[in-house]
Amino acid sequence: MGRYLIPLVLFLVLVIFLAIGLGRDPHEVPSPLINKAAPGFQLPQLKDPSKSFSAEDMHGKVWLLNVWASWCVSCREEHPLLLAYSSAGAVPIYGLNYKDKREDALAWLGDLGDPYVLSASDTDGRVGIDYGVYGAPETYLIDRNGVIRFKQIGAVTPDIWEKRILPLVKELNGQGNK
Amino acid sequence: MARGINKLRRAYMLLPLLLLFFSAPALNAKEAQSTADDPVIEARLRKLSQELRCLVCQNETLADSRADLADDLRREIREQMKAGKSDQEIIAFLTQRYGDFVLYRPPVKPTTYLLWFGPFLLLIGGLFVLYRYVKQRRDSISDSPLSAADHRRAAQLLAPASEKEVP
Repeated sequence: MGRYLIPLVLFLVLVIFLAIGLGRDPHEVPSPLINKAAPGFQLPQLKDPSKSFSAEDMHGKVWLLNVWASWCVSCREEHPLLLAYSSAGAVPIYGLNYKDKREDALAWLGDLGDPYVLSASDTDGRVGIDYGVYGAPETYLIDRNGVIRFKQIGAVTPDIWEKRILPLVKELNGQGNK
Repeated sequence: MARGINKLRRAYMLLPLLLLFFSAPALNAKEAQSTADDPVIEARLRKLSQELRCLVCQNETLADSRADLADDLRREIREQMKAGKSDQEIIAFLTQRYGDFVLYRPPVKPTTYLLWFGPFLLLIGGLFVLYRYVKQRRDSISDSPLSAADHRRAAQLLAPASEKEVP
């Protein structure tokens, strides 16, 4: 009996490991930026390039930085959700328009609606490198002290919004009131 | 006849593949854009970027990848090299942003112990199982000498056919 049990157990262990491996998204690389200060930047605003936007402007606020581009397919998928969340107003959403052409980006927002308080233009993707962006859309939740608390690689889903982002936003907003 | 047509059809289906094959050098042109300005930096860049993973394609090095991000990162590395940064500093710059995953040789540290030493653990485990198996087999072979009856039977079996006694 024992001699059949051992291969069976080994086989089951193998199956479990492979099943876990299959269920994982290899594109989700854990970011080393979690719980680190959000890299500073100073970029022109998309709608009015004469004005600039910097990460330091957001000090004292809990905010989302959403990396998007008009060429990014998943961003289009994510867009209606962002519009809904933005109008719900739980947390302000700022955009980082990543490696995009200004006209394309403005047309995109014109066609689909603008969920962002404002977007900053990272035309050459240099700020994207500082934020470790490698697959738009990516979303960063940044706390009052300018520390990145959560990063979503790929489109935000209702599940992630309800279970990860909203609770964390509540927690972070609560901390400041004490 | 029908077979001939099928063959022809198959040949036509291969045509786009062939075209793709011959146009590959043109697609590669982007990679060869390495500026002619500083051969030392270009050589360093090529060497370093072979050690780095392109995060978009994941199974390609930064040197081989034609992804947009890989272009940007190569440009970034080139600029940092021109600014006099060492390879170590550039690797630190990249791992701070993208994590150890960008490195094709992950560093030895507590979270990667299993990755580095796991194969040796498996080897030791395998040797242990082998040792146990061999030992068990050796123990199960009895050392008792042959009995007189065994000897007689062996001699009988080994004897040439002509001398064989009829039992």
